[in-house]
Amino acid sequence: MRVLAAMSGGVDSAVAAARAVDAGHDVVGVHMALNRNPSALRTGSRGCCTIEDSLDARRAADLLGIPFYVWDLSESFVADVVDDFVAEYAAGRTPNPCVRCNEHVKFAALLDKGIALGFDAVATGHYARVERGEDGRAQLHRAADQLKDQSYVLAVLDADQVEHAMFPLGDAPTKAAVRAEAQRRGLPVASKPDSHDICFIPDGDTRGFLRDKLGEDPGEVVDVDGTVLGRHAGTYGFTVGQRKGLGLDRPAADGRPRYVLSISPVQRTVTVGPAERLAVGALTALDPVWSAPEPGGVVEVYAQVRAHGEPVPAVAELVGGELRVQLRTPLTGVAPGQTVALYDGTRVLGSATIAATTPA
Amino acid sequence: MTAYLDHASTTPLRPEAAAALVAEMSAVGNPSSLHSSGRRARRTVEESREAVAGALGARPAEVVWTSGGTEADNLAVKGLYWARRAEDPRRRRVLLSASEHHAVLDPVEWLVRHEDAEVRWLPVDATGRTDLDALRAELADAPGEVALVSLMWANNEVGTLQPVAEAAELAHAAGVPLHTDAVQAVGHLPVDLAATGADALSLSAHKFGGPVGAGALLLRRGTALVPLQHGGGQELGARSGTLAAPAARATAAALTAAAAGLDEETTRLRALRAVLLDGLRERVPGLALRGHPTDRLPGNLHVTVPDCAGDSLLYLLDAAGVECSTGSACQAGVPQASHVLLAMGLSDEEAGGALRFSLGWDSTRADVDAALAAIGPAVERAQRAAASTRSPRRRKAS
Repeated sequence: MRVLAAMSGGVDSAVAAARAVDAGHDVVGVHMALNRNPSALRTGSRGCCTIEDSLDARRAADLLGIPFYVWDLSESFVADVVDDFVAEYAAGRTPNPCVRCNEHVKFAALLDKGIALGFDAVATGHYARVERGEDGRAQLHRAADQLKDQSYVLAVLDADQVEHAMFPLGDAPTKAAVRAEAQRRGLPVASKPDSHDICFIPDGDTRGFLRDKLGEDPGEVVDVDGTVLGRHAGTYGFTVGQRKGLGLDRPAADGRPRYVLSISPVQRTVTVGPAERLAVGALTALDPVWSAPEPGGVVEVYAQVRAHGEPVPAVAELVGGELRVQLRTPLTGVAPGQTVALYDGTRVLGSATIAATTPA
Repeated sequence: MTAYLDHASTTPLRPEAAAALVAEMSAVGNPSSLHSSGRRARRTVEESREAVAGALGARPAEVVWTSGGTEADNLAVKGLYWARRAEDPRRRRVLLSASEHHAVLDPVEWLVRHEDAEVRWLPVDATGRTDLDALRAELADAPGEVALVSLMWANNEVGTLQPVAEAAELAHAAGVPLHTDAVQAVGHLPVDLAATGADALSLSAHKFGGPVGAGALLLRRGTALVPLQHGGGQELGARSGTLAAPAARATAAALTAAAAGLDEETTRLRALRAVLLDGLRERVPGLALRGHPTDRLPGNLHVTVPDCAGDSLLYLLDAAGVECSTGSACQAGVPQASHVLLAMGLSDEEAGGALRFSLGWDSTRADVDAALAAIGPAVERAQRAAASTRSPRRRKAS
């Protein structure tokens, strides 16, 4: 196969590309430039957007003996990931930019360009597996390494995208094993630190980044009865389930910690309350995407709402364009804007974007 | 089998230059040393200097060895500016063609930021040729305030030749020195410093079959210049640093070889280029030749292909064993629209589909045929890729 290996400059994508070469594929490495002016995005060794990362990716490609190019995908990245991130926070929701990047950039803009240029698949360093079913169709599954499993951020891929995806690290036992493999292969990135935070927010200060984009928009912090407890500089600084940084002087009457329960950007209010009010028993989600066949009726599934969240048993049903999910075990910290991914065992069935939640 | 059609980026080393380089590298001796080995090395450097001067209408003392074209351009632009401003503090203005190479643009922009310089841009026409009337007007506007004119001999992207001799005459009439970046011209066209009237001229050895890391600034006798590097005082103080005898000898060998059959080689390259252009036009609807149709570097063929990205074409041609360039600079590998094409009036979109083929001393009909065999399918795929970028597979409904 002709494989386009997306190379971020990190250890995972370098080993993934190496494994694709070993498997006998005709591999070309591509580094996605996500900003027209790469040096402006961040300095330091972490993330995926610096000139240094691009050079690291190039050195890995040199070592593998594969051609390497930098493709400018900044237009798609800015519109579909960065602007979307800001707009979602402005609307009081909690977006996951990595999900959007996979959906619109890696497995859309990059994949489409690759296919048009004659490639068969895009390979990335994600920890997930693509298995072939009895019908010969590609299925998306969790990685062998439960701790590193990244199938959640890929649950947004449809069947066609999964068909053209390749995750050579899916069967790696651990991240440590991948690092050891990089070392063995002599890849210079073997000891490079992992990137954790959001790649387009250089200093990790999400609230500051949003304030620069959205300006101050002060409002009130209230409890469930509507009693005003304090003030905030903008609802975008809060996420459902958040406990720290609420900026409240006085502790609650009962002395128990308070959490963000809901956000209303229109009224500019942030509602806080005790932990038990966070429990969600049901949710509805929009824009469903299926890599497995679309469910015909009520299905028993496992639902997961965060990248490294616990999957819980649930019942899902597609009604019109809306996915309705009853959670058999309540979940906390479920925020509109997050992706709910549905699983059957290790297999990803599909996902949708959470629009509303119902308390347990 | 690779068809190398990127001579404007760098040329394969000529065998004469390779032999000279290898022979000189194994000889000991600092040309500034007074003993026998030093004298031998000095003789090599001076003979090389005489050969380069002789090939380019300069006197030996007018050759300043440098590490290449970029250093020569920096030395000329900054050195002439500082010297002129020192003589007369009112002279702070630099007149510059909009199509100059970054090795000239960036030093000038640096002078603007740090040394109080002021830049005036001379526009180019649709073929990339600099407007002499604009130069005339700028010189007439404030003749006492101009420090320097810099006008390249031939454009590195589109190959258009510039009216350097006419510009030098205009500049001199106003008492202003002229520098020309002749990196793309030397070894490819007759270049004569005295006949042109330029005060400073940059050249780079690896553009005409010499080694990379070697070049020179031809500096007319009597032209005041402030040096960039200070140290041992070599090159009459204009450029300190141990003289690189292997580089000098190989540069001279390459230039001598290039000059030997220049007329025949020019005729041969023009004919090959015509085959390439005709073949490209036949295979690619809408393909446009950029730069001057006739008044251009003999080996340069610059075209734009509609509805596709030059970097896609580059990848597809590379995969098919054909090596060429988009002609413009990258920033960390991200292609930027060419400032030359934009100055010529092209839109961002037109400029995005640029391809530069540059032929040279070892180019053959087989190279041209390989490019022609690869171009059709490459354009078809690149256009499909561009169309996919314009219509992404999925957008959220919201």
